[in-house]
Amino acid sequence: MATTGLFLISFLIVHCGLNATIFLNDGGAAFNEGAEFMGTNPIIRTMEIVLFAGLLLHIVDGLRLWLDNKKKRPVAYAVVDGAANSKWYSRSMGLLGTLLLLFLIIHLKHFWYFSRLTNDLTEAHTLYNEMQIVFESPIVVIIYVLGCISLGYHLLHGFQSAFQSLGWNHPKYAPTIKSIGAIYAVVISATFASMPIAFYFHLIH
Amino acid sequence: MEGHLNLTLKIWRQKNTQTAGKFETYQVSGISTDMSFLEMIDVLNNRLIEEGDDPVAFDHDCREGICGMCSMYINGRPHGPNRGVTTCQLHMRSFKDGETITVEPWRASAFPVIKDLVVNRSAFDRIIAAGGFISVNTGNAQDANNLPINKDNADDAFAAAACIGCGACVAACKNASAMLFTSAKISQLALLPQGQIEAATRAQAMVAQMDEEGFGACSNTGACEAECPKGISIENIARMNREYFSATFSSK
Repeated sequence: MATTGLFLISFLIVHCGLNATIFLNDGGAAFNEGAEFMGTNPIIRTMEIVLFAGLLLHIVDGLRLWLDNKKKRPVAYAVVDGAANSKWYSRSMGLLGTLLLLFLIIHLKHFWYFSRLTNDLTEAHTLYNEMQIVFESPIVVIIYVLGCISLGYHLLHGFQSAFQSLGWNHPKYAPTIKSIGAIYAVVISATFASMPIAFYFHLIH
Repeated sequence: MEGHLNLTLKIWRQKNTQTAGKFETYQVSGISTDMSFLEMIDVLNNRLIEEGDDPVAFDHDCREGICGMCSMYINGRPHGPNRGVTTCQLHMRSFKDGETITVEPWRASAFPVIKDLVVNRSAFDRIIAAGGFISVNTGNAQDANNLPINKDNADDAFAAAACIGCGACVAACKNASAMLFTSAKISQLALLPQGQIEAATRAQAMVAQMDEEGFGACSNTGACEAECPKGISIENIARMNREYFSATFSSK
């Protein structure tokens, strides 16, 4: 979980950084240039396969662990005061992950399917134009914002948890890792969530 | 100041490992706030015996928080509502008059219920037997000054060795994982020069036994550390993971 998680975390930095170019408010010129590069560069295209493999491994591993861990307590407690000893999102990584997977299916259908598997992507109809069209629907915007909230909490636990699992817990560095993890989770999810909102309210053109 | 409480107890009653258990409700009255939780159960058991009923079976021994025998899951938390104490150190002043208290055994497939609130924790013994030992020469103990030990390491090893093996970590964990226990037993040896002889195989052997016993995986919720009566840190789990990775790479 930790290795694939950190790999996906590194991917999110690239994804978020590239998409944030829409806020340059240049009509998507920089964004489309970046998207063109990501869609044609052979190294990036190879990494795309590695990315899907990493994502799949993360899902399969998580599912296997969830099923396995469930068996370890055949008779459930009648009363559980979970809030007394841990954060709710640290106990709900499977649920948050499932919500993220559902969101990802919608998200991939919107943009990955459009740009990679159809011939609809042209000079006249760019990926930026597609974002403008998709984010006109308030329901889609709400789904995206909820997806980003799930992502934020998943990362809030996942980031520091990955370091702990790999044995990188040191009194000197652990507080820094936890702070960076919290900042990362908030910045990434807030930046992503601001994109559909900005399009919907026509804050960027 | 001493007060007296009337309480409703919902206690898990289970005849043996094979039969299914269920909750029974008992009323107890005039319970002193200065009593420990176990003494309160003693009062209930006295009455049950006088009435010709089967008393509630529960584990206890030293009743001063160092033996690790008591193991009650009280109102959704191992060892009850207070931090850093075992059930025997939990006093009735932590409860309110008229309160309903739910008492359950540790629940984990690796800790089968023997009777009522008593669970079989011999899985812990087998984990220790798998690698929680060191090799020493026979004969007189050598001069302690021959073994220089860094003060920080000595402190950390001592803190890990404070584990009393009560199993609250397993009881608190949503995955019934024994990583905190196992990591404490590995750390107390890994941090000292005496523990280096078996260092390459110890973590592997003990983790393998832990998995064999049917404990779950760690998802780093930190519930174990929060509920541990001895304040064992999850830094030990990270150390165990490091030991395990290096043992995996170097073992034959």
